Amino acid sequence: MPGSPSDGAAGDPYATVYDLAVIGAGCAGLAGAVTASERGLSVALLDTAGRIGGQFYRHPDPAVGAVRPEALHHDWSAFAGLRRRLEAGDVVHLAGHHVWTVERQDGAEVRWTVHAVTGADGDGEHPVRVQARTVLLATGAYERQLPFPGWTLPGVVGAAGAQAMLKAGLVLPGRRVVVAGSGPLLLAVAGSLASAGARVPAVVEAAGYLGYARRPAVLAADPQKLAEAVVHGAALLKHGVRLRTRSAVTQVHGTDRVEGVTVSRVDRDWRPVRGTGRRIACDALAVGHGLVPQTELATSLGCATRRTEDGTHALALDALQRTSVPGLWAAGETGGIGGAQLARVEGEIAGIAVAAQVRGEPGPARDGRVRELRRRRERMRAFADAMAAVHAPGKGWAEWLDDATEVCRCEEVPAGAVREAVDAYGARDARTVKLLTRAGMGWCQGRMCGAAVARLAAGEATLSPLPSPERRPLAGPVPLDVLGALDPGEPSAAPARPAEQPDTDLPDGDAGPRH
Amino acid sequence: MARDRSPAGLVGATPQQPSFEITFDGRPITTLPGRSVAAVLWSAGILAWRTTRRGGRPRGAFCGIGHCYDCLATINGRPNRRACLVPARPGDTITTQEGHGHAGLAV
Repeated sequence: MPGSPSDGAAGDPYATVYDLAVIGAGCAGLAGAVTASERGLSVALLDTAGRIGGQFYRHPDPAVGAVRPEALHHDWSAFAGLRRRLEAGDVVHLAGHHVWTVERQDGAEVRWTVHAVTGADGDGEHPVRVQARTVLLATGAYERQLPFPGWTLPGVVGAAGAQAMLKAGLVLPGRRVVVAGSGPLLLAVAGSLASAGARVPAVVEAAGYLGYARRPAVLAADPQKLAEAVVHGAALLKHGVRLRTRSAVTQVHGTDRVEGVTVSRVDRDWRPVRGTGRRIACDALAVGHGLVPQTELATSLGCATRRTEDGTHALALDALQRTSVPGLWAAGETGGIGGAQLARVEGEIAGIAVAAQVRGEPGPARDGRVRELRRRRERMRAFADAMAAVHAPGKGWAEWLDDATEVCRCEEVPAGAVREAVDAYGARDARTVKLLTRAGMGWCQGRMCGAAVARLAAGEATLSPLPSPERRPLAGPVPLDVLGALDPGEPSAAPARPAEQPDTDLPDGDAGPRH
Repeated sequence: MARDRSPAGLVGATPQQPSFEITFDGRPITTLPGRSVAAVLWSAGILAWRTTRRGGRPRGAFCGIGHCYDCLATINGRPNRRACLVPARPGDTITTQEGHGHAGLAV
């Protein structure tokens, strides 16, 4: 029986069994949580940050007293609406909760246990567990990085990182900031930095924007994205920012911090064109190559994945946002990078579907609202797939590296060592490279170097054979005393065998997984 | 509309609490309330507050969202805190973290 929505809202939030535990309080998680709660479910919303909003709606602490928080955001009213619904309802928001694993117990009814460490950086005193009948994963994404000479110098920051530090901390990494990499996020970042007072000499984009012109049907299907591009373009013009396509930063200059960068033209495969390097003076570089779905909690439970147009792994989901593991839903970037609006739509679909299942109501797929949301989702997914294809890293990227370039920032493994593992010892995937070089074995568990190592290991074969999605049994660092304090309890069910093919057995929905 | 082109000016920051001071390697830094340790250091033009374990090279914030662990710092004597996540509090003592940060433990 579903518990009453007020369960856990008073007293001990860990003493109740919720109908739904949502992991992640960004666009998808917020939409899913408030939708399910408004349909009568008891909902716990766990999130690492102190404030809701995820990365897209990251905003300053109330102590800053920002009277125009929307100035650094698009679509702030959509977030304000979700926040109002959250505050008006019974969702139990658990801030500062870093989920490190999710366990499934099969009994008379399936029961999930969500394990988290607490505190701003997970360093809090009290590890906790939240129990729920269903789980919605809305863990978002992180930025894809491709190394190049000098990228570990202070002053080189992630493009999304610069955006995050600006949105929450109201700070800039420097006064003259070059923005580089690939993907439309760069335009948003450059616009934000410039409007906040930075001088942005150039946005350096490795792909060509003409790639979009080859997909007119997709562009026409999502006119809002074109409108967004016009807004970004206008902002760049206003601040005198030059967009340099088919170009890349191939060298960072400076000894203790960034003093400038060399930008080179690249060909269609992203190979640098000799003799085209030009130096741009700057004191910071914001760099990134799009986003990667954050799926480790799901893959450790055996959820099926699909390969995206740009070579990442996203969760394979059905028409109602269900993963291949019964009782486990996912929404937003976990199912493939598609942006904030798509995440809100998917979160709502998931919220409706979870509520229908928990309350034993018939097919939500026939619900008129769900049909409308699904139409919007398909349109946005099509655009997202086209976007991923345009900005997929070219195979000539590896030629940006000299042997001394650090590929793994944590373990300080240079490209030469990775190449030796591949050329001399026959490593063909990231895991073998890790065993031979320690690349990907450090604090970040390969999140920063994973894409690069996988590509270097695959060599010219680039995307074949397909590497498996990265597995991180613990989604974050956990103190040993937390692990030691876990009582053995009931054995958790063994994860289903992971699969990665279009015909994965998915729960009976009225559609298969999206591809 | 003419506005101060600074991040705080852009969002119209009107702090309800007074500014406060923290120190970085003994140097005092005054900051607005409501910022992470990493943001306070950036506001003072400091981009590095860690040296790597092998090469001893300087590092600071990179991903800004707690995933990359480049921003590890020693905060009030505790090493390996993610400066981009930890809120700065009045009187905090931040010190550059050398390598793994446990040299003082003599292990």
